[in-house]
Amino acid sequence: MNRVSLPVAYMPLVDAAPLIIAQEMGFADSEAISLDLIAAPSWSSLRDMLCFGRVDAAHILSAVPVAMGLGLGGMTTPLAAVSVLSVNGNVIGIGRPLEERLRLQGYMFDFSDAYAAAVALLEAKSERLVFGVPFPFSMHVELLRYWAERTALGAESIEIRTVPPPLMAEALQAGDIDAFCVGEPWGSVVVDRGLGALLLPGKAIWQGAPEKVLATRRDWAETEPDLLGRLMRAVWQANRWLAKPESRIAAAEILSRQVYLDLPPELVDRSLSGRMIVSGQGEQRDCDGFLRFPGSAAGFPWRSQAKWIAHRLERMHGPFGPSSVETAARVFRSDLYRQHMAQTDADLPGASEKLEGAIRYPTAVGSTRGGLNLQPDGFFDGAIFDPDTLE
Amino acid sequence: MQNRVTVVVVEEDRDRATGIVNALTDTGDCDVFVIASHSGLARQIARHAPDIVLIDIDNPTRDMMEELTLASGPLDRPVAMFVSGAAGGLAKAAIEAGVSAYVVDGLAPERLKPVMDTAIARFSMVRQMRQELAETRRALEERKVIDRAKGLLMKARGIDEDAAYALLRKTAMDQGRRVADVAEALVTAAGLLG
Repeated sequence: MNRVSLPVAYMPLVDAAPLIIAQEMGFADSEAISLDLIAAPSWSSLRDMLCFGRVDAAHILSAVPVAMGLGLGGMTTPLAAVSVLSVNGNVIGIGRPLEERLRLQGYMFDFSDAYAAAVALLEAKSERLVFGVPFPFSMHVELLRYWAERTALGAESIEIRTVPPPLMAEALQAGDIDAFCVGEPWGSVVVDRGLGALLLPGKAIWQGAPEKVLATRRDWAETEPDLLGRLMRAVWQANRWLAKPESRIAAAEILSRQVYLDLPPELVDRSLSGRMIVSGQGEQRDCDGFLRFPGSAAGFPWRSQAKWIAHRLERMHGPFGPSSVETAARVFRSDLYRQHMAQTDADLPGASEKLEGAIRYPTAVGSTRGGLNLQPDGFFDGAIFDPDTLE
Repeated sequence: MQNRVTVVVVEEDRDRATGIVNALTDTGDCDVFVIASHSGLARQIARHAPDIVLIDIDNPTRDMMEELTLASGPLDRPVAMFVSGAAGGLAKAAIEAGVSAYVVDGLAPERLKPVMDTAIARFSMVRQMRQELAETRRALEERKVIDRAKGLLMKARGIDEDAAYALLRKTAMDQGRRVADVAEALVTAAGLLG
């Protein structure tokens, strides 16, 4: 095989690890590819780089390809989400003024109870709470809205604005926003700069939220099956490596390098280990599965996950009609995943859709090798999303 | 008479903004506004109801503009990213030059083209200047590290400057690395060993 250099874009976040590790630990090498990793300055420019062919693949917010499939946002080039790169990993945090009011109320910052956090915020707020999020089409937005809608807080009491994470601290200081929902390391950066506290991990709202996906242009995925297969397998190997607890320290060291995140390894390690420092007072909260890299099945792009996202986007920006939602959900390419992972020892599920939110404990499901355990994917309110009964 | 094209340029750097504004104004047919602060960016842009918004591709605040694509009324929605079809080639050229353009859907391509051509040329120029500046800075930094490495070698081995440089260069060639990288490794190691 000839070695091929593949331009791949990523945002400098902890959950870009599968691509960075694929390159650094030689998994790309073993597939005879080399990843030319390009850090993007913003999600929109990352998306444009992918659409205009500056890169062939990218680490992208799971909601972006679905939104584009619905015709939302600045570009509508058809993309293919070929695998899920990471599950969970976002944090909801608040600025100092809110933190102080919550402390006066006796709130314990347990970093786990989504209902208690909503009640505390409702008591502390005087007007609508303004949340900063990285991008209008993101799991961040969907988790915030889902949480507000289904708690005492109420959908009407929050306003969501786009603020690029590197400017989040500044926006908090300037009073442009009261709170935020971001991916790591940005939550920890706010805490370390003494500008706020962390309230909840994303998994306290949805335990199985597909956070970032590996995406390519749809036409590239279909015309370059060999390259795509090599890329997917390299990333899958990296993901398996990342899922092992003993890889954590090495992963934190590699990610923290200047060319990638340029941060102290200790800070990167917090989200990898789930040991989060939630406030400037140094309170530590352990959160198992804070950010999950797909060891076995989590890399599988479930159509039902895309449907959940499309359904949520429709509630906010629709209506688009049932056939559009169906089409948009098809950007999660479980078919390509099956095709390209068939020659590995990946254990593939029998179905391509599941009831989202129905798994409370690790559960064995029908799979090609019979050893597949699905991890819990429950919503905090116990709701179950049935992809066949979209209202 | 044709309506003039309204262009908004999002740029914090004053000199750079001035340069872009002057170049665009020279094309004649447009009104240009500059937005320098990113606080409430979407609202600031919407106030001007621009036909075209230009922003540096490396500017992270670009994501704030994405919200504009969701505005409800067609007049509040100045920003489909590039016009499709006729301007397809323009879009690619813009990306290579480092400029992102948001263009009102339906703006006639012949009115867009001169503005975009000017903007692309201007952005390319600034980008090149920045790149040259960065390269000069890096070369200076490397010079300093190489000088320190030479100094260390001269002291440790009792050799003269030329011999020290020759040794650095030979090591670099043998290892297939850059002289500056070898020098940096030496300086770091010397620092660690005290």
